[in-house]
Amino acid sequence: MPEGILCNKTPIQNEEELKRLLADTRGRQYYAEMQELEVDRDKLRTTLANTFRSRFKTWLEICARCGMCADSCFLYTVNQRDPKQVPSYKIQSTLGEIVRRKGDVDGAFMRHVMEVAWSQCTCCNRCGQYCPHGIDIGVMMGYTRGLCFSQGFVPWELKIGSGMHRVYRAQMDVTPEEWVETCEWMAEEQQDEWPGLEIPIDKEDADIMYTCNAREPKHYPEDLAEAAILFHIAGENWTVPSKGWEQTSLSMFAGDWEACKLQAMEVYAAMERLRPKRMVGTECGHAHRATVIEGPYWAGYRDGQPPVPCIHYVEWVAEALRTGKLKIDPAKRIKTPVTYQDSCNYIRNYGLAEIGREILSYIVEPGYLREMAPNKEHNYCCGGGGGFNGIGMFRPQRNKALLMKREQILNTGASMVIAPCHNCWDAIRDLEEEYAIGISWSFLKPLLIHMVEVPEHLKPKEEDEDE
Amino acid sequence: MYQFLTGPMLWISFAVFFVGLAARVYLYIKGLHWQMDRVAYGHFNDRGVKWALKSILFWLIPFKPMCWQKKPIFQTLFFLLHIGLVLVPLFLYAHVMLIEQAWGVSWPTLPGWLADALTIAAMVAAVMMAVRRVALPEVRIITTLHDWFVLLLSLAVLATGFFSAHQQGGGDVWVLAHIALAEALLIAAPFTKFSHIVLFFCSRAQIGMDYGIKRGGAKGRGIVW
Repeated sequence: MPEGILCNKTPIQNEEELKRLLADTRGRQYYAEMQELEVDRDKLRTTLANTFRSRFKTWLEICARCGMCADSCFLYTVNQRDPKQVPSYKIQSTLGEIVRRKGDVDGAFMRHVMEVAWSQCTCCNRCGQYCPHGIDIGVMMGYTRGLCFSQGFVPWELKIGSGMHRVYRAQMDVTPEEWVETCEWMAEEQQDEWPGLEIPIDKEDADIMYTCNAREPKHYPEDLAEAAILFHIAGENWTVPSKGWEQTSLSMFAGDWEACKLQAMEVYAAMERLRPKRMVGTECGHAHRATVIEGPYWAGYRDGQPPVPCIHYVEWVAEALRTGKLKIDPAKRIKTPVTYQDSCNYIRNYGLAEIGREILSYIVEPGYLREMAPNKEHNYCCGGGGGFNGIGMFRPQRNKALLMKREQILNTGASMVIAPCHNCWDAIRDLEEEYAIGISWSFLKPLLIHMVEVPEHLKPKEEDEDE
Repeated sequence: MYQFLTGPMLWISFAVFFVGLAARVYLYIKGLHWQMDRVAYGHFNDRGVKWALKSILFWLIPFKPMCWQKKPIFQTLFFLLHIGLVLVPLFLYAHVMLIEQAWGVSWPTLPGWLADALTIAAMVAAVMMAVRRVALPEVRIITTLHDWFVLLLSLAVLATGFFSAHQQGGGDVWVLAHIALAEALLIAAPFTKFSHIVLFFCSRAQIGMDYGIKRGGAKGRGIVW
């Protein structure tokens, strides 16, 4: 059975393989090899026999084909109501077909499945809310991605992404040494303005263990500094682990369940080693989904709970504002029309809609919040979720997918979007680049830093207002 | 013929229906897996049960879930069809009378005019659903022969029932057709999409537990539909 050098059924095993794959600009050779890649039908049949169980079987079978899911899907809407974008069609014509044919499908079919699974569904789970039978096609599409991955049919960037987790236990090539150095560097950088600020590494029995997204230390370490400053102002007893600091999981987007488990276990090991009272993750939706919501299942915890209680960054911010650990200077509240992007992964799929509004009630001057429609649990995906943002070959489809968010934001009349999720933040940034609608976008941390009242004892001796 | 259809065949139909659907429920539950489904069944039972019940109940109340709010016409068709197919047969005088004759038990029945009105409404709903299947591209593309079978058999049972109640003499043709089709429906139920008679409740309970136990049940506003 011919397999490519880069495109094959074996996940990345080591740094050398990862670098070789990375060196293949835009995956040219990778995708050329994929044209020749054959399906291991026996393996596919076995995988189905072992993992395709009554929930999915029932979902595929009892789907009443009523079409209620059509209008729930933003990709159906932005693609001129193309019937091929109806969620039921998307899953029945891919997973449904694989199951009906008992895995007897060829490479061309799997390439089609790959396209549907990664460019026609962001796994936002919104269709599941609108299905009378409660059929969650996003969940099934996630499963379908797993089947694709196991057969080698996965977008180049996501094979790299899951490979990163396998090699570095991070979505980017950040080693533990580089991570620790970045933490030390960021703490040092702040000393003039924030004397005594620390980023405590591997402190045992702290109240909070903070985890983040590898992009932060890699590309914008100031985010880490901002997190540190806010914990410093709030007087938190916190720490970061030297290992197990990465909360995200591109392997979840890739359907590489083995790497998902490796990644989640790394964070849980840090929890067990450092025994924090709880974990706080950064402003990222899928990171929370991967490590807090789904991760315990990959790791084999029967109660579905991580070793210590975990909260999303928005929960920590709301709590800090509520308890007065962080106080907002009323004069510095946002006084321009602003809207809030509800992230699918922790709003629809984790119930934190009201927490977001609680934060906004502190930081936005009354009357300036412009809610999107629909919002909260019913909000649409940013347009770039589920890995869509990062896949070069599907960029035109992704750009089209941004049109729904563009429309929603324009309808609010807001000039600023608060997006406490990396994926949403990226999508909205790209949306502004692509369509130039004149908006700004922000995480919560930089906004809070500029609004929060600094206790006297934390100010530098010669008080100096920051820019 | 009448003797056979209302005798052995009726018992066979009910047996297949009840045993078959019970087996579907059993196999559904047996096939659930906490790790594969990524739902901690058996943990956080208070939330799990509450969300499962809510998940079922909401969809049985008009305008309760967002979907019904957004699709009032389809919602109306849905309720009319299911009232005609589920509630009317259970409280129809002609049906209850047969049971009383056989077993001596009975319960209140619908007035004839109401049963007629609900049956006509259900037939109209079924026809509208058929029109919808052809007319709307987003429904047409996903419609299969199986869906037509389920819809047309339902309509046929309703129509023959209605005609047998209103026939002007002329033998038992409508009655026989009605009984035969209804028995066909009962026998088909466990093996076709009619299995949603029970699997609707299973599936809705499962997604309710998924949300209640894992996806925000501990944090959220108690409902995502």
